[in-house]
Amino acid sequence: MSGSLMGSAIAGIAALMLFGCASQGGGDKILVGVIAELTGDIPAVGASCKNAAELAVKEINDSGGINAGGRKYPIKLFIEDTTGKTEQSVSAVHRLIMEDDVVAIVGPNASRYAVPASEVAEGAKVLMITPWCTNPKATIDVKTGQPKKYVFRACFEDMFQGRLVAKFALDNLKKKTAAVLYDVASEYNKGQAEYFKKTYEENGGKIVAFETYTANNNDYSAQLVKIKDANPEVIFLPNYYTEVPLQIQLAKRLGITAPFLGSDTWGSSDLLKLCGDDCEGYFFSTHYAADMATTAAKSFINSYTAKYGNPPDDVAALTYDTFGLLTQALQKAGKIDRQAVRDAMAKITDYQGVTGNMQFKEGSGDPIKSAVIVQIKDGKFSFYAFAHP
Amino acid sequence: MTYFFQQALNVIQLGSIYALIALGYTMVYGILTMINFAHGDLFMVGAFVCFMAAAWLGLPFVPALMLSMFAIALLGVVIERLAYKPLRQAPRVSAIITALGVGLFLENFTLALSPYPKQIPPLMANQVWHFGGVAVSSLQLLIIALSLALMFMLDFIVRRTMLGMAMRAISCDRATAPLMGVPVDRVISITFAIGAGLGGAAGTLYALAYPVIDPYMGVMVGWKAFISAVVGGIGSIRGAMIGGFILGAVEIMTAALLPSTYRDLISFALLLVLLIFRPYGILGKPHTQKV
Repeated sequence: MSGSLMGSAIAGIAALMLFGCASQGGGDKILVGVIAELTGDIPAVGASCKNAAELAVKEINDSGGINAGGRKYPIKLFIEDTTGKTEQSVSAVHRLIMEDDVVAIVGPNASRYAVPASEVAEGAKVLMITPWCTNPKATIDVKTGQPKKYVFRACFEDMFQGRLVAKFALDNLKKKTAAVLYDVASEYNKGQAEYFKKTYEENGGKIVAFETYTANNNDYSAQLVKIKDANPEVIFLPNYYTEVPLQIQLAKRLGITAPFLGSDTWGSSDLLKLCGDDCEGYFFSTHYAADMATTAAKSFINSYTAKYGNPPDDVAALTYDTFGLLTQALQKAGKIDRQAVRDAMAKITDYQGVTGNMQFKEGSGDPIKSAVIVQIKDGKFSFYAFAHP
Repeated sequence: MTYFFQQALNVIQLGSIYALIALGYTMVYGILTMINFAHGDLFMVGAFVCFMAAAWLGLPFVPALMLSMFAIALLGVVIERLAYKPLRQAPRVSAIITALGVGLFLENFTLALSPYPKQIPPLMANQVWHFGGVAVSSLQLLIIALSLALMFMLDFIVRRTMLGMAMRAISCDRATAPLMGVPVDRVISITFAIGAGLGGAAGTLYALAYPVIDPYMGVMVGWKAFISAVVGGIGSIRGAMIGGFILGAVEIMTAALLPSTYRDLISFALLLVLLIFRPYGILGKPHTQKV
């Protein structure tokens, strides 16, 4: 008798820990978790995410907090680091959900951390919004092929982007042969490379070299010589900003003159620092450009620049938008409850953010929004064209 | 044919860097029969010293190289004194674990200072010549020439000088060498200094060849150099050089002929296969247990 009582008590506690109860407010505060890539291989991404998150929360709290159900609640942030390891980002999600009892999670950003983290959030039925992860697997359950119910993103996804870049190469740049060099061990890079190849070939282009490498192998010379031998008109590098400058510099040293093309992983100001003059004139697709910003975006850009000394990159802009989305969802939900916030999030039909207008439809965590083509000009990212879905 | 020569040039460049780092592994093993797994990270610190010399102090190439070699040599000696010497009589496993720990310490120390990758400013004007379609850069030639020069210098020291003779004596019989008047501690320190200094030189040359550096860069390159040392016969100086070039050739040729994904798979498989047929490496000598 007492044994079964104990058992049900333990089960009850476990259920409380797993799903929390209706009190994820921590009383008078809204608890929100952030998972960012603060150390590891892409620290600039994590730093932008953290900076933008802190700025957004400061602005919300300075205005008194979020109005949910007739009462204003300030936000309390819990910031975790992926430390560049998948298992660390997964345990960060566990910690935020079970120990810190957050109402929603923002991040991680890179696909290789966001995809595994999304599985945990979905299982625990907690809203997770990734600002920057473009991989389809973040919002789609791979086993069933069905969309996940609790995972959303603030950016467009890979298939859209890969298609867009391929079309841009064919239609705008008029390049009929292309080569691709990508990190085969990274979800994002592999996805981009494959969607690019598919669309490029379907539309009459020819892929003359499709080369791979794995992270931490900085010697790309053999692959680049192969690419040089295939003589493509354009080279697509869907790789992170830490590797792209090296790849371009080595290629130029080997006498490759074809222009390079990139995706949103290029959009960090660190790329410009690491590249010097070598990336001048190249195009990449991304989420926003600081010089096309609307009035709403301008105030964000100004306060971010004033606070941190450098203009926000796309991760910062998307993180800021993620907090905007979360605020709207909390206001709509009218109470601080995981399920209610998730339901309100899925019903956002018009959000005007720094990175453009977003719209969600029930049954998909992907927003409907447009992308931007940016050109590197005079050592700056400058707006070139819009690309609509 | 130009394709072949271009790849061959890549082989020599990559091979000479591997060989320089492999020398550090092989020298320490030769004298202490211990594998200094921190060596890959010493190489990384060497690249960062080069970055600091070039970006902060504005030094040109030769002083930057000297500074990096000197700083890493010093670091090597300090590590030996603080971390390895107290364990010289301990089981060999303890020393190896300590070495792994020192490596992780160096990595995370650099990471804690700044996790951001750094770009090495161009230390010299790079010129590219074309010989019938083969692009040869002055940087490539410099890297190859300098590595070869350093290797020949080391070979000379070990084979033709008193210091080298002392090193070989300790390697031969560490118990008897001090009885013959060989200052064991000092020779071991000098060995660490030379090995680490070569690692620092390799770090600088690597940073010239691949001008974006990060705190993790030493991990994979360190493992590859270790394979080179084992393939060539660990403990043998000439073996390490040969091993470096063999591994460079295998890697580049794999990437050139097969999908580049197989690159690491094949280089590590090479190590396994070679160890089955030649457990002591190409130039290694089987150890006989003295009773």
